[in-house]
Amino acid sequence: MTSVVSAQNLGLTFPTGDGDIVALSDVNLTINKGDFVSFIGPSGCGKTTFLRTIADLEKPTSGTLSVNGMSPEEARKARAYGYVFQAAALYPWRTIEKNIALPLEIMGHSAAKQAERVKRTMELVNLSGFEKKYPWQLSGGMQQRASIARALSFDADLLLMDEPFGALDEIVRDHLNSELLKLWARTEKTICFVTHSIPEAVYLSTRIVVMSPRPGRVTDIIESTLPRDRPLDIRETPEFLAIAARVREGLRAGHSYEEGSV
Amino acid sequence: MANRVIPVLTILLAILAFWYAAAIWMNAPWQDRLNARADLIDVPFAEFAAQTWAQDKPVLPAPHQVVSEIWNATVALEITSRRSLAYHGWITLSATLLGFAFGTALGVALAVAIIHNDASDRSLMPWIIASQTIPILAIAPMVVVGLGSVGLTGLVPKALISMYLSFFPVVVGMVKGLRSPEAIQLDLLRTYDANGWQVFWKLRWPAAMPFLFASMKVGIAISLIGAVVAELSNASGGGLGVRLLTGSYNGQTVQIWAALFIAAGLAAILVAIVGSAEKWVNMRMGARA
Amino acid sequence: MNRTGLTAMQFALALLAGGAALLGLAFGFTSFGSAPQLTVFFALGAASLLRLALPFSLWLDGALMLFGAVALILALPEEGAMPAHFWWALVASWAFAWLFVERLSAAIRAGHLPETGTGLVIPVIFGLALLVAWEVITRGANVPPVLLPPPSAIWARMTAEVPTLWADFVQTFVKSVLPGYAIGCLAGLAVAIAVDRSPFLKAGVMPIGNFMSALPIIGIAPIMVMWFGFDWQSKAAVVVAMTFFPMLVNTVAGLNAASAIERDLMHTYAANNWQTLMKLRLPAAGPFIFNALKINSTLALIGAIVAEFFGTPIVGMGFRISTGVGRLAIDLVWAEIAVAAIAGSAFYGVIALIERGVTFWHPSVRGGRT
Repeated sequence: MTSVVSAQNLGLTFPTGDGDIVALSDVNLTINKGDFVSFIGPSGCGKTTFLRTIADLEKPTSGTLSVNGMSPEEARKARAYGYVFQAAALYPWRTIEKNIALPLEIMGHSAAKQAERVKRTMELVNLSGFEKKYPWQLSGGMQQRASIARALSFDADLLLMDEPFGALDEIVRDHLNSELLKLWARTEKTICFVTHSIPEAVYLSTRIVVMSPRPGRVTDIIESTLPRDRPLDIRETPEFLAIAARVREGLRAGHSYEEGSV
Repeated sequence: MANRVIPVLTILLAILAFWYAAAIWMNAPWQDRLNARADLIDVPFAEFAAQTWAQDKPVLPAPHQVVSEIWNATVALEITSRRSLAYHGWITLSATLLGFAFGTALGVALAVAIIHNDASDRSLMPWIIASQTIPILAIAPMVVVGLGSVGLTGLVPKALISMYLSFFPVVVGMVKGLRSPEAIQLDLLRTYDANGWQVFWKLRWPAAMPFLFASMKVGIAISLIGAVVAELSNASGGGLGVRLLTGSYNGQTVQIWAALFIAAGLAAILVAIVGSAEKWVNMRMGARA
Repeated sequence: MNRTGLTAMQFALALLAGGAALLGLAFGFTSFGSAPQLTVFFALGAASLLRLALPFSLWLDGALMLFGAVALILALPEEGAMPAHFWWALVASWAFAWLFVERLSAAIRAGHLPETGTGLVIPVIFGLALLVAWEVITRGANVPPVLLPPPSAIWARMTAEVPTLWADFVQTFVKSVLPGYAIGCLAGLAVAIAVDRSPFLKAGVMPIGNFMSALPIIGIAPIMVMWFGFDWQSKAAVVVAMTFFPMLVNTVAGLNAASAIERDLMHTYAANNWQTLMKLRLPAAGPFIFNALKINSTLALIGAIVAEFFGTPIVGMGFRISTGVGRLAIDLVWAEIAVAAIAGSAFYGVIALIERGVTFWHPSVRGGRT
């Protein structure tokens, strides 16, 4: 198996007015091709920071990190990953299809190729028929699907998702989760997924990375024993509940809920 | 602090350097003729530059000429002198302040009427907005002369122009501000069975404060512009506008620039005063400074 | 609320309107027949007091308002002040207008009448009522035309002086305002984009730009007249100086309006600075740029007109205003101001229309949620 993301002793410290904040400390992790890895933990545990470091949106202050065997910056310049943010961040002055074409325009693809890719990815996320709509004319769930399509449009092998469904209600979220699984099965991408929902992490992932704050670190890595084909009602099986219990255990052990002192 | 001041200072220095260079360039033709007349040939550049910065009626006066004119026309002169810029500045300032006070009061009153009465909202608001697109300042000379013909001269006509200009931003800002509380906050007061008076003083008025101060900053600046322009049409009345006008008739460029700088200084001070009042009120209202 | 279905304010206005008409009828009794249409209005207005007993449609109030205004204007004497009891007609028709507008907006609020269309009627009525009151007061009270000419005289002057007004418009608007506006706005935009790349320059330019925006820049007009001569060039220069800073400040602010996520997104695509500017930051700055364009449209006209007070060839709106004031040709001045007002609103309106087309996506334009 080839490793897509590999971190050794990775650390990241933000200097602030009143002392340094250790966002990541001594993170060791390897993510293999085709994995679906979830990062879970309370706020401030560095899960988003880790994702941003992979994306070269933050620079590590110690340790090494490679993405597709390159440095994060080289990987970014090679357009090695698609990133889905917490908000859809679609540009309101562009139609949905133009939004999805945005990375393709920047990467200099021909108009014909853009049209073909846009059509394909819109089908992939079940948005066909909404090409000419503007983002504000769509529901939150559809906006987030469009932003996933935008991340998929240039066919990077790695998909980084930062709480993409965090702002959506549970019904929409369940629906998008099962669609995401189908998408993952069809495209065979490697997905890194940040969440703070235990059922979501367990339902989606092949591996669950449990993190804890102050300093931000990895406290547990849980391999899922669930089959790759997961209907929504798998969430009621004892196997699912056992993994969820382990994640909850890991979260509890990782830190002592000393809330308030951020 | 330092990394906010240094860039500004750098730009200011660059402007100053550019200004001195421009003064040499723009005053050179006249200086050439002066020197030719005085049979001065091959003046070294440094000396020539100094000459261009010391002309009597330069095309572009050097900054230090303007500064020394300001000094001479304020500190070095009796304050009652007709040539004192402090005297003229005071005339302009008093018209500005009076007009601004009227304008703000009128603006707030209209805004209160507008938010409480549907009919006045519907009839006034479109006109208030449309009137902002009209070059109101153009009527300044006419108002001054018209009021003069019925015996109203001096401060009041100028203050009326200032009032006219400054009340627009206040109305528009206050209507926005008084309407800024969200439906939830109004609903909350409804659950307490608060009366209209309480809703106004406990919710709408405090919520409108940031808007009021933002509009007052615009209002005071254009009040000053209104006063200066109103002065253009009554050369006997005095004021910074009159200094601009007489300077322009007599080609006294240094005098024009000095009056301009005083006006700019006044504007800056007035806006700063409103700004610190804003900070003070915000602090009283518990906002983070 | 009482049994007439009126609010307290509407009720008071109804009493005022009917009462004023009744008084007009009483005081005008001696001069019966001199202005029959006005007598009819007084009689009908007084009859409106029957609303205390009978239902009275708001449209009847509107009709009375209209009839009163027309009757009064037709009854105005050519010379001298109008008879005293005519004032009751002004009071009555003003009260009818107010009452009509009150009842109309109440009906719109209650959903009895549609917002579109009727919503437009109210400001139009207010504007017309203002014009009528202006006409009646200036002519009826014999206000010296030097102080305030009646609108009819201004209109007569406007139609009589079309060639002069047109020449002034071309000189001031077409030759001074438009080039100055274009140069000033483009320069502000260009400098903002240039400065934007350097945080140091931005930190230096922004406070100065904000400061300059608040200054009476119009005062440089005499200097520009000295530098660029009496013709339109000096006016355009004033307009350039006035429009430059608002555009600079707004554009720099606008270029920072893109959210962090949106900029991170461009970063993940390894987009270069030019791509980020063209695809993200400039479109996001659109509303700010249009804000400056709108502010500047008014400033430009003011700048050109006021600059003309400092010397012009013998044509131009500012020239006409300042010499008209000097010669006490106040109706011509008002005609010129009316042209300036129309030009100013039209200029603003055109830019606002373009804004609606270009920044259609912005919540303030589409009037919805973000």
